[in-house]
Amino acid sequence: MDRDELHRIAEEKEDWRKNCLQRFLKQNPERLDRFSTVSDMEIGALYTPEEVGQLDYLRDIGFPGQYPYTRGVQASMYRGRLWTMRMFSGFGSAEDTNRRYKYLLSQGQTGLSVAFHYPTLMGYDSDSPRAQGEVGQCGVAIDTLKDMEILFDGIPLDQVTTSMTINPPAAILLAMYIAVAEKQGVSKKEIGGTIQNDMLKEFTAQKTFMLPPRPSLRLIVDTVEYCTKEVPRWNTISISGYHIREAGSTAVQELAFTLADGIGYVQACLERGLMVDDFSPRFSFFFNSHIDFFEEIAKFRAARRLWAKIMRDRFQARNPKSWMLRFHTQTAGCSLTAQQPYNNVVRTAFEALAAVLGGTQSLHTNSLDEVYAVPTEKAATIALRTQQIIAEETGVAHTIDPLAGSYFIESLTNKMEEEALKYITKIDELGGIIRAIELGYPQQEIANAAYAYQKDLEKKEKSVVGVNKYQADEAQSIEYLKINPEVERRQVARIQQVRRNRNNPRVRSSLDDLRKAAQGSENLMDPILASVKEYATLQEICDVFREVFGVYRDPGMF
Amino acid sequence: MERKVRILIAKPGLDGHDRGAKVVARALRDGGFEVVYTGLHQIPEQIVTAAIQEDVDAIGMSVLSGAHRHLFPRVLELLRQHQAQDIKVFGGGIIPEEDIPWLKTQGVQALFTPGTSTEDIITWVKENIKAK
Repeated sequence: MDRDELHRIAEEKEDWRKNCLQRFLKQNPERLDRFSTVSDMEIGALYTPEEVGQLDYLRDIGFPGQYPYTRGVQASMYRGRLWTMRMFSGFGSAEDTNRRYKYLLSQGQTGLSVAFHYPTLMGYDSDSPRAQGEVGQCGVAIDTLKDMEILFDGIPLDQVTTSMTINPPAAILLAMYIAVAEKQGVSKKEIGGTIQNDMLKEFTAQKTFMLPPRPSLRLIVDTVEYCTKEVPRWNTISISGYHIREAGSTAVQELAFTLADGIGYVQACLERGLMVDDFSPRFSFFFNSHIDFFEEIAKFRAARRLWAKIMRDRFQARNPKSWMLRFHTQTAGCSLTAQQPYNNVVRTAFEALAAVLGGTQSLHTNSLDEVYAVPTEKAATIALRTQQIIAEETGVAHTIDPLAGSYFIESLTNKMEEEALKYITKIDELGGIIRAIELGYPQQEIANAAYAYQKDLEKKEKSVVGVNKYQADEAQSIEYLKINPEVERRQVARIQQVRRNRNNPRVRSSLDDLRKAAQGSENLMDPILASVKEYATLQEICDVFREVFGVYRDPGMF
Repeated sequence: MERKVRILIAKPGLDGHDRGAKVVARALRDGGFEVVYTGLHQIPEQIVTAAIQEDVDAIGMSVLSGAHRHLFPRVLELLRQHQAQDIKVFGGGIIPEEDIPWLKTQGVQALFTPGTSTEDIITWVKENIKAK
């Protein structure tokens, strides 16, 4: 639109404001003094071409599959291939979870996603004193390759891709997956999947940490280096904002801190001597889809555009694949309520829709009972059907990036990008993301945002239906999954049996080799693979790392 | 000058979800109490040692991992072993409603589950926890 037209619109808008709106408002005041998103970003009453006057279609919006990817990373998006329906899942024993995976695949999910129990996440065995009471509760118990074999029994790893939410021991789980595939006759050149493997956000948000930041990064770069050569179809990191948001950040902070982490990983890999166009195409991302519909859509579009600029201009990547931000999304766990849990089906549906309108490559939808426990089969099915209804019935996947050109959406996308860039610049000024983490900067920002939101809720400046508005008199009770204490007993028995039956001298010698490699600078993937194949336990391998690299203790800021 | 009520906010077990614990810690501090936060990944022994060392009047434990039936009783048992049973224990997190009566028989004073306002927690502490 040319300057004269924009000027006329601005004039007419001012006229409308004075003569039409003001008059109306005198008799009909607005419902709130201030309208804002769940992240407390102020939203205006009306968006016109004036709000996006500087927008240049070809420069800022462009075409899907082309820089700056605002409209999507693939040229045909969902017309060619729907997002992967990838339900995060895991509980009890490997047998329990294997059954649930087969069920979900039979119901139409198109990718696997593994949720591990806390001992595995933290690098402990199921019979560690630290694991007491925790075995199989929040995810599946995986202690050795034996469990992994059972987990994927009857699931062809050349036909399905698997995402594993695992951080400190990510390299170990990747090695186990490679070993299981090999036993199926599937080579590591053929397997596809993702390991989350994103330690930077562990220190600020998810808090499954083990080693201090720098050794954690060494392990991550080892996996990137290894996979770049040996496992070409593998996404080496799932650079995550989901957990940052769940910890209480705003949408802008989620976007900014995620991309800042991404910048940190690119820098770490470059420092190792890897070539940016070799490893960047296999970096992937993982965002939250929270309840404020338009804020999320704008966030996803801004993320793609901002990352493309960072990769092309800051890191001088030349391969277009290096510029593409591919992401998985999970609907916001923290938006769900214990009160009136059936309302959660509705929240998840809106959040899933936002993710689709935002162009996600892969999606997990939360179950209605998420606040209580790991999902029942019934609740997980409703969550999966939510995605299928969006795909098959709503028509939103018929066309690419349907909201492009909306004055509001483009204005909000611009705003998300600008605000996120301010945080990224601040982190650069602090000396980069690792330094920022050492200083506690993202952690404090997140804690402040979480506290501010809680206070807003209590002041009723933000509403949550069923919690601070429209409360029910009686509690609505639902069935939910309880993990049988037998699971812990059986898992302890199993790991003890594995330890008895394996070749213990070979385990010890593989761990010695691992220790030597860790003390040096050799890539740790091959020694880890060797230990894993001898049925060394997860904790035995992690203890070698703890011994060599030390452990990280939570500074306990609030 | 009257001694302020001192609270230890603790995260036992392997669960790393600390958003709630931190919000409660800060709210209690803003509410006029002295608050010490243990940080994550504490074993019951560490929590009890910290509680005694910090000379607190109460421990608030946040558990989301399902291990509450193990962790709360263990802390209470250790307090008794150390003759520190005058330190009251409360908590919150993901605690199924049906486990709450049992936990109370074990000695847990109160449990604040999802949706509880920090104002209610502050009020409860004011009314139920006295400085030594």
